[in-house]
Amino acid sequence: MADINLSRITKSFGDYRAVNQVSLDIHDGEFVALLGPSGCGKTTLLRLLAGFEEPDQGVIALGGQAVADPANGVMINPEARNLGIVFQSYALWPHMSVARNVGYPLEVRGLGRAERDAKIAEALSIVALEPYADRSPTELSGGQRQRVALARCLVMEPRAVLLDEPLANLDVHLRETMQQAFLDFHRRTGATMIYVTHDQAEAMAMADRIAVMDKGRIRQVAAPETLYREPADHMVAGFVGAGAVLPIGDVSMRGTGRCSVRLGEAAIHARICHKAANNSDGQDLGLCLRPEDVWVDEAGTLRGSVEDCVYLGGRFRLQVRVDSDQILPVYATRRARIGETVGLVISDGWVFDRSEGEAA
Amino acid sequence: MQAASRLRGFMPGFASPTVGNRSLDRLLPWLLLPVFVISILPIARLAIEGVFVGGVPSADYIRDVLGSSTTWRATANSLYTAGLGTIISLLIGGAFAFLVALTDIRAKAVLVFCFMIPMMIPPQITALAWVQLTGPSSALLNALGMAPPMGSPQPFYSAEGIALLLGIQHASIVFLTLRANLRMLPREQIEAARLAGARGGRLWWQIILPLTSPGLIAGTAMAFVTALGNFGIPAMLGIPANYSTLPTLIYQKLAGFGPSVLGEVSVLAMLIGTIAILGVAVHHRLLGKRDYRLMGMVGRPLDIRLGARRTLVEAVLWTVLIAILVIPLMALVATALVPAFGVKLSLANYSFDAFYEVLFVQPSTIRAFHNSFMLSVGAAVTLVAVCLPLAYVIVRRPTRLTHMVNLLVEVPYALPGVVLAIACILLFIRIPVIDVSLYGTLAIIFVAYLARFLVIALRPVMNSFSQLDPALEEAAQACGAGLGRRLRDILLPLAAPSAAAGALLVFLTAFNELTVSALLWSAGNETLGVLIFNLDDSGDTVLASAVAVLVVLVVIALMSCFQLASRRLPKGVVPWQT
Ligand SMILES: Nc1ncnc2c1ncn2[C@@H]1O[C@H](COP(=O)(O)OP(=O)(O)OP(=O)(O)O)[C@@H](O)[C@H]1O
Ligand SMILES: [Mg+2]
Repeated sequence: MADINLSRITKSFGDYRAVNQVSLDIHDGEFVALLGPSGCGKTTLLRLLAGFEEPDQGVIALGGQAVADPANGVMINPEARNLGIVFQSYALWPHMSVARNVGYPLEVRGLGRAERDAKIAEALSIVALEPYADRSPTELSGGQRQRVALARCLVMEPRAVLLDEPLANLDVHLRETMQQAFLDFHRRTGATMIYVTHDQAEAMAMADRIAVMDKGRIRQVAAPETLYREPADHMVAGFVGAGAVLPIGDVSMRGTGRCSVRLGEAAIHARICHKAANNSDGQDLGLCLRPEDVWVDEAGTLRGSVEDCVYLGGRFRLQVRVDSDQILPVYATRRARIGETVGLVISDGWVFDRSEGEAA
Repeated sequence: MQAASRLRGFMPGFASPTVGNRSLDRLLPWLLLPVFVISILPIARLAIEGVFVGGVPSADYIRDVLGSSTTWRATANSLYTAGLGTIISLLIGGAFAFLVALTDIRAKAVLVFCFMIPMMIPPQITALAWVQLTGPSSALLNALGMAPPMGSPQPFYSAEGIALLLGIQHASIVFLTLRANLRMLPREQIEAARLAGARGGRLWWQIILPLTSPGLIAGTAMAFVTALGNFGIPAMLGIPANYSTLPTLIYQKLAGFGPSVLGEVSVLAMLIGTIAILGVAVHHRLLGKRDYRLMGMVGRPLDIRLGARRTLVEAVLWTVLIAILVIPLMALVATALVPAFGVKLSLANYSFDAFYEVLFVQPSTIRAFHNSFMLSVGAAVTLVAVCLPLAYVIVRRPTRLTHMVNLLVEVPYALPGVVLAIACILLFIRIPVIDVSLYGTLAIIFVAYLARFLVIALRPVMNSFSQLDPALEEAAQACGAGLGRRLRDILLPLAAPSAAAGALLVFLTAFNELTVSALLWSAGNETLGVLIFNLDDSGDTVLASAVAVLVVLVVIALMSCFQLASRRLPKGVVPWQT
């Protein structure tokens, strides 16, 4: 019902393309995270969806109907889109009490007092702010303000909820509670959620799919595990997950989707993406290694010297220099001396095309 | 075609009130029409007088007026006195606003309350009080043995004297505009600067001043335009010294009468209008470059500690206040209490006869109070109601048309009141199409007030709209609130302090306004300004002073009512409350 479809959306501020030819299809009830470095256009994309900005090109459709289509002169007002939005800057109204802030969407919809009060109380209890109902938002802490903004958004039961870094100001503990509250809310209502964040752990933990943005473009849209295991390009591989991205040249195919890569003395069996597999000349290929796929093993043919060793609780993370200029993160069960030479076994890897082409 | 059908298919899925909101959205620009009719049409009508001679288009008047050296000398004088006066207003009003809004000085409410009063004394009366005070025959200076010797020149009969009084008179304009702006300064931004190591002068110069520059610029522009059109002060101080400004030149032309009067006055009016528009254009150019929307929470006032310097600062503020308020007020009260004008006042001979006379013998006093009260309250309420949506259109939906209206509404305020009055007479003596005459009724004064004071109500509201974090409105929009609701629920309360400041300014300026109503009044429709002027003109200076004292008392009483009601009003609506 409330599928969201963006098709080739472009938005420029002056000469600068903040959002560039973005296409994205979000299914009803899906939880999608927009992930990317600061300034990549996440907020702008969200504002385009909400209707605060008008795209220069492209079509935005909600539930199959165009809400913004400059080519045909369609532009539906934000107030008619029934989308909830939580702003990066809270945007609470200082002249209204917390309860009135939260209840305002219901007030606009003309709900009766009793029904309104019940829903306000429910929303406030979700964000654990019942005792603050009669306060002014100016008397709240940053995190509390953010929670009021969330409650205001939840209370209107929108067709989709747009959240712009809603947890950025909260402490770790509260952040987990709130993440859980979001997921519960999402499961209970089945509302479509679009969640902007630059925290990949948050995105991975919550989203059904993650759209990685960079410089106004979407580089990859995939489930968190796919994004992690099979990044589409160099930017995604480097941005998502702690791992190493190594340039490689020498690849030989081993059946469909698998290959063998030479790294120093060792030959590594790795998965290879479709596009890279067709890139037969082997130019511009990259190998992405995740620390959990690399073991310290004296039998390993790949040798390297330990640069750094950090205890993570239960295991150690080593930085191992191989081939003089490449550093691999490795998990180990025992402490290693700095400078010690260790052998490494690599059980898995992912080969992708490093050229910065059109994103997959 | 396709778009339309998509749109129609789409709408039923959404809440139906949106249809109404969308039409309101379209209706909003029509608001510009009445604004255009009331504030721009009269001026256009007057302009026609300047470019037609005997019904044929001609540049004769323009050539005559612009070719005369008197015109250019008056222009230079106007620019000098208005410019210097604005600087003085800026210094006094700015210092008061900053100190009251940002520091921990004591007795702020009283200070602000008193600071509002000088503005309510009609300019010609202020001028009279200062002249009586400082000349060789000054009662006060003679009593102190400090009077200048007989025959020495009166220091206020000079360009600087005019500028000083203009500056004092309009300091409250800068003060009110700036203070509304300072109220919206989020504490975090100043605290962040202090953490970054900014201290003392650096904090003021690099953070506070730039952040409040929209208010500073707006207040300066308004003080300048007001000073440019002021007639009372240059008339009282300039004419004896043979020093003419554009408004007094117009007055002298009108007094001279003759077939070419209207044409020449029209050209001079256009000259003042041009200067005012240039001043405002500079103001917009300066404002346009800065988008200092203040992010974060508003509403927590700042209290920068002055420490040991606090007592000194307080002493200076109160001294200035006594100089600009108490002294002229004392002169006014003294004149009202003498048994006959020219008699020396002493403890033995004071009398309240004048008060008895104006209150209980002359029916015109009560009538004038009634008329002025209705006119000024009506104008304040109407203008605030118009200015909220109007400011919204100008700030959030700028088009070429709104830019033009934004500049042109300044003209009726900048022109001397007499000129606006002539323009209104020309236009409304027989309204075309409906063939009704407003001349000789209160309505024509009301319309002229609306035209003249629109800009006073508009600027503070525009100022606060351009400072609001747009996300506050967008959040309401996402909640489904259409334009009307957003204006009512979000923008109006947040802009209420500025709107109230605007309304108060309109009320105070209109309450004893003289120059517009001087030509527009008729028997039974006199205003307070006219009453005082007529009494003074016919030699009843004592009675005139008595009425002026009553006016000040009434205004203080009204302000006290606001004070008492302030707990029930939204925060910041009462300008002298923190
Ligand atoms: N109103 C505007 N005018 C001009 N440029 C803008 C405007 N809004 C955003 N930009 C620019 O567009 C780019 C994308 O901005 P956006 O706010 O979408 O970034 P973001 O991904 O949300 O970053 P962050 O994670 O820091 O919030 C930035 O380079 C920004 O400078
Ligand atoms: Mg952002």
